[in-house]
Amino acid sequence: MAAHLVAKTSEIAEDEAKKVIIGDQHVAVFNLGGEFYATDDICTHAYASLSEGYIEDGCVECPLHAGRFDIKTGKAQGVPVTEDIKTFPVRVDGDNVYVEI
Amino acid sequence: MSTLESIVIIGAGHTGGRAAEALRGAGFAGRVVLVGEESHLPYERPPLSKELLAGTMELEKVTLNPESYYDENNIQLLLGISAQEIELGLGRVRLSDDTDVAFDKLMIATGGRVRRLACPGADLHGVYYIRDINDTLLLRPELRDGVRVAVIGGGFIGLEVAATARRRGCHVTVIELADQVLARVADPAVGALVADIHHAEGVHIVTGASVERIEGDAEVAEVICTDGETLEVDVVVVGIGILPNQEIAAEAGIACGPKGTQGGIKVDEFGHTSAANVYAAGDVAFHYNPILKRHLRLESWGNAQNSAIAVARNMVLDPVAYAEVPWFWSDQFDLNLQVAGAPETWDRLVVRGDPAAKKGIVFYMTGDRVVGATAFNQGREMRFLKKLVETGAPVDDSALADEGKRLRDIAG
Ligand SMILES: Cc1cc2nc3c(=O)[nH]c(=O)nc-3n(C[C@H](O)[C@H](O)[C@H](O)COP(=O)(O)OP(=O)(O)OC[C@H]3O[C@@H](n4cnc5c(N)ncnc54)[C@H](O)[C@@H]3O)c2cc1C
Repeated sequence: MAAHLVAKTSEIAEDEAKKVIIGDQHVAVFNLGGEFYATDDICTHAYASLSEGYIEDGCVECPLHAGRFDIKTGKAQGVPVTEDIKTFPVRVDGDNVYVEI
Repeated sequence: MSTLESIVIIGAGHTGGRAAEALRGAGFAGRVVLVGEESHLPYERPPLSKELLAGTMELEKVTLNPESYYDENNIQLLLGISAQEIELGLGRVRLSDDTDVAFDKLMIATGGRVRRLACPGADLHGVYYIRDINDTLLLRPELRDGVRVAVIGGGFIGLEVAATARRRGCHVTVIELADQVLARVADPAVGALVADIHHAEGVHIVTGASVERIEGDAEVAEVICTDGETLEVDVVVVGIGILPNQEIAAEAGIACGPKGTQGGIKVDEFGHTSAANVYAAGDVAFHYNPILKRHLRLESWGNAQNSAIAVARNMVLDPVAYAEVPWFWSDQFDLNLQVAGAPETWDRLVVRGDPAAKKGIVFYMTGDRVVGATAFNQGREMRFLKKLVETGAPVDDSALADEGKRLRDIAG
């Protein structure tokens, strides 16, 4: 596992996300109330970018078909999504946000 | 919950599959039988004209649940079997294998079947339709680089097939009877925006014309249009709408809407038909929508899923109205189009962003209310577009058009 610098904390506003690509891995980096989290960016239901989704109550709603995932745990919240989304550890050092992959 | 014993669902498509799941989700512990004409497990159809046709999605990915799910949840699947007749008085359904299955409550989720082309040559080899998995798997190998494809019908399905075929290197012509593509469901200006996206990708679109005949010896060779244009083709794909599979209900004396594409099994806001203990949902249901205050039939994934869940719950729990703003999406090339509402009339459009550049929203307005909206690569805004349609709150055109003002704030 290696830590990758993916953003400055100031870059991602609260309840917003940034998409980054590390190797072949598409990652969505979220800011939830000042805490940062990272998940696979691609929905488990269809090919859609979760970083373009709507964030509310700690969940991200897929912009394509409204499947919802818990951002902290990756848990699928019910139809149409059944498969959880992968999550990645995040470390904040000063104003640097690192994702470990 | 009552002492209900047995629920039968006719049609194991997206609606039937989600309904069975929702019955168990609601705690129903009786017998659940899902009868489906197709041999496949319940699945989602949208990829059939998109990723599955393009060959970028695995077949297993379209199924709602694996086979083990049905065993584990004690849902009896009768696949490859069709329901022939509903015997209301006897509380049973007669099946194609000469058996019958008894029900205390029945859901009809028979969806629709494609409208067939009726012109001379329509039965030639090389004429395809897309409604089920088999259709897609038959067509897919034909869509090779350089193959000439005529798509009959410029609705969503036709345009999606056109986009997929184009991406696979085919030469594609879309033939649309109306003056613009998407004429049945969108303002001509919205149709023109979508048509331009297709033009830019090299799709040829012929409007105001239909197919007079298809020629060829056994295989299709030429499509002759009513405007005199002749197209040399290798493959013809027809996407001219569906007819609701309402006959089984109509023959049992259950009330249906008008015949044809507008028909369907008439249900109230709870999904209840005119017959006691008989419900309908999904594409086949001509249902009352309390938000729009009218009956309508929808052909959309969102309605299949959400009406299935709502109506299934109403079959076993205290009834709650199924009341949602209609929602539909389509993917064509790199455009994700999403539609909120199902307006029949509007007096003007308001544009936000730049839909022509594939990032923007077109609002359908009646007075100071949003009655519908089409979003171009703006999926994130859908919840606010639905909310605007649902509440009918008065809004300013200038606010909607101003990208500096968040829709989330405008929708309140
Ligand atoms: C190619 C394609 C692409 C689509 N793309 C989109 C999209 O991008 N977005 C969107 O919102 N919607 C889309 N849709 C629409 C969406 O898929 C449908 O609205 C949805 O499938 C409806 O589900 P349903 O279960 O009500 O009907 P259906 O899917 O038609 O299923 C009904 C099932 O019942 C079976 N049946 C019928 N009669 C009987 C009988 N007597 N006995 C037993 N079984 C019976 C049928 O064989 C069928 O399997 C698309 C549809 C197609 C065909």
